Amino acid sequence: MSKGRFGKYGGQYVPEIVMPVLTELEAAYEKYKNDPEFLAELRKYYVEYAGRPTLLYYAEKLTKHYGGAKIFLKREDLLHTGAHKINNALGQVLLAKRMGKNRVIAETGAGQHGVATATVAALFGMECKVFMGAVDMERQKLNVFRMKLLGAEVVPVTTGTSTLKDATSEAIRYWAAHIEDTHYIIGSAVGPHPYPTMVRDFQSVIGREIREQIKEETGGRLDYLIACVGGGSNAIGTFYEFRNDQSVKKFGVEAAGRGPAVGDNAQTLSNPASRPGVLHGAYSYLAQDEDGQVIEVYSISAGLDYPGVGPEHAMFHEEGIVKYVGINDKEAIDAFQLLCREEGIIPAVESSHALAYLEKLMPNTKKDEVVVVTLSGRGDKDVQQVAKVLGEEI
Amino acid sequence: MSRLQDKFNELQSAHKKGLVIYLTAGIPDADGTLEAVKTAVDNGADVIELGIPFSDPMADGPVIQAASYEAIQKGMTLKKVLELVREIRKFTQVPILGMGYINVMFNYGFEKLAVDAKTAGLDGFIIPDVPHEESGDMKKVCKEQGLHLVEFVTPGTTDQRISETCTTADGFIYCVSVNGVTGVRKIDYSPINKVIEHIKKQTDTPCAVGFGIGSPEAAVDAAQRADAVIVGSAVVKLVMENKLDEAGKLIGDIRHALDKKVN
Repeated sequence: MSKGRFGKYGGQYVPEIVMPVLTELEAAYEKYKNDPEFLAELRKYYVEYAGRPTLLYYAEKLTKHYGGAKIFLKREDLLHTGAHKINNALGQVLLAKRMGKNRVIAETGAGQHGVATATVAALFGMECKVFMGAVDMERQKLNVFRMKLLGAEVVPVTTGTSTLKDATSEAIRYWAAHIEDTHYIIGSAVGPHPYPTMVRDFQSVIGREIREQIKEETGGRLDYLIACVGGGSNAIGTFYEFRNDQSVKKFGVEAAGRGPAVGDNAQTLSNPASRPGVLHGAYSYLAQDEDGQVIEVYSISAGLDYPGVGPEHAMFHEEGIVKYVGINDKEAIDAFQLLCREEGIIPAVESSHALAYLEKLMPNTKKDEVVVVTLSGRGDKDVQQVAKVLGEEI
Repeated sequence: MSRLQDKFNELQSAHKKGLVIYLTAGIPDADGTLEAVKTAVDNGADVIELGIPFSDPMADGPVIQAASYEAIQKGMTLKKVLELVREIRKFTQVPILGMGYINVMFNYGFEKLAVDAKTAGLDGFIIPDVPHEESGDMKKVCKEQGLHLVEFVTPGTTDQRISETCTTADGFIYCVSVNGVTGVRKIDYSPINKVIEHIKKQTDTPCAVGFGIGSPEAAVDAAQRADAVIVGSAVVKLVMENKLDEAGKLIGDIRHALDKKVN
């Protein structure tokens, strides 16, 4: 078994061309991940630029609404650029700088990771190209313009299904042709080793802060953790710190879309029909047809409709460390509205999937129990789409 | 000796350069692929690389991506590729390597695939998303069935990796001419020639250069140090456009240019 495995998942299933640069990246990451100077610089940008630590907010009205466990929200939505993606983008750009790269590239679906990458590229004076499916560019015009404002070039991808998976393949192809001066900032805990480990490490600041903050709030009592899972970076960042805490039940919420049929949802782990496979360099669970072709998945949330999932999640799934569940479009939109009304917080549609799981979990909780939901992003970007779903013209 | 080794021995004795032609299975359709293989062999192809379509071919450029996508739309599957190989074996003993991405093969079951591929008459595999690090188990399975598993080197492959590859290399070594993906373009072959010279000191396994070769001139240029050249996108483009005669002519012209250069 090769390097970078989580149980049997992970690995480096990439063209030979990419191997030297992965080796270089792995060496750089090994060198800097515990380097005090690197960590201090990252910390500085987390605090002074991104706005960490994020609040752990006691949602009193939402708690009353359900009448069960106390609900806390981990407010990643309050970060600069509006989502947890900046945690990873900052970590990787600092690494890229140390590796002497002057260009960063990224793939993006909803545009949040593209915006985060364009942001850090602007901050560090690097050239930035963001690969985005033509279909997604049409759906997320606002984020496309945000990236342009930040000085990035948004490259439309028209191959395959013109969505996130194709944008990822295209980013890898571009990288293969420009390995000398380019660093590829993968946006989720997916891809070949060392990406799943590196992205997880940069995102696990979420879980570490929860651990610290919950001590103050409840004396450390924590019974449930909930996070949404597309590729799974905010979820792995939330769960990793608590992976050995058996008393903390962990739920990874995938998009159940508009139904259980193949292609109608983005459930990679919680769909009994899914099975392991290789996409974008890693062996993990994969939405694929009977011939092993990757299928186009669906969710109302552009940030969750990725056919793969991070390999560490595949291991957590098989070992029962995290329970993976599905929430459909309607349940997510209901939860979106509920949080707006009860707490005055507009959540991202992605994060609304995590919130919606409260409907199922809360009836079985007790008042002295504690649940933390990671609110991975804010929902301003989704307002137009939600209006459309609700039949409102804006 | 395998069909592939016999072919390279034969080429070497004749002081000829080998010509490997890539064709995507299912393009323009299943029967058309048989015709395309026949045309390639008739015009001087020494080895056929038969592309097994995959939805996300990350090492391929626009032409082969499009061919792969179209082949899937037309219903080509790995199982049907093996049926095609069986049909091809009715009219030629040309060495055939299945070129495809690992997910489709894992999905089929790699051990079962090796058995079925051997039975169908395939000579081995080229799997672009399986580098040296991941190929251990697959090498073992292929060896048991007497199949080749071709490995890659690129201009950026380190000396240490080249040495490792030389130790386990099998069939031929796929020398990628340039950093990037498949597709016709002008290429400076000196970096990969350096790698080939390095390989030649360590192993007798033939070297085939691929990526970017689309004309007789480019083929001659690419074949300076290598034992063979691989031509894909240029031929696939013509086959996709149902211009099989032109594809045949291109292959024939490349063959002629390679033979003329050496003799």
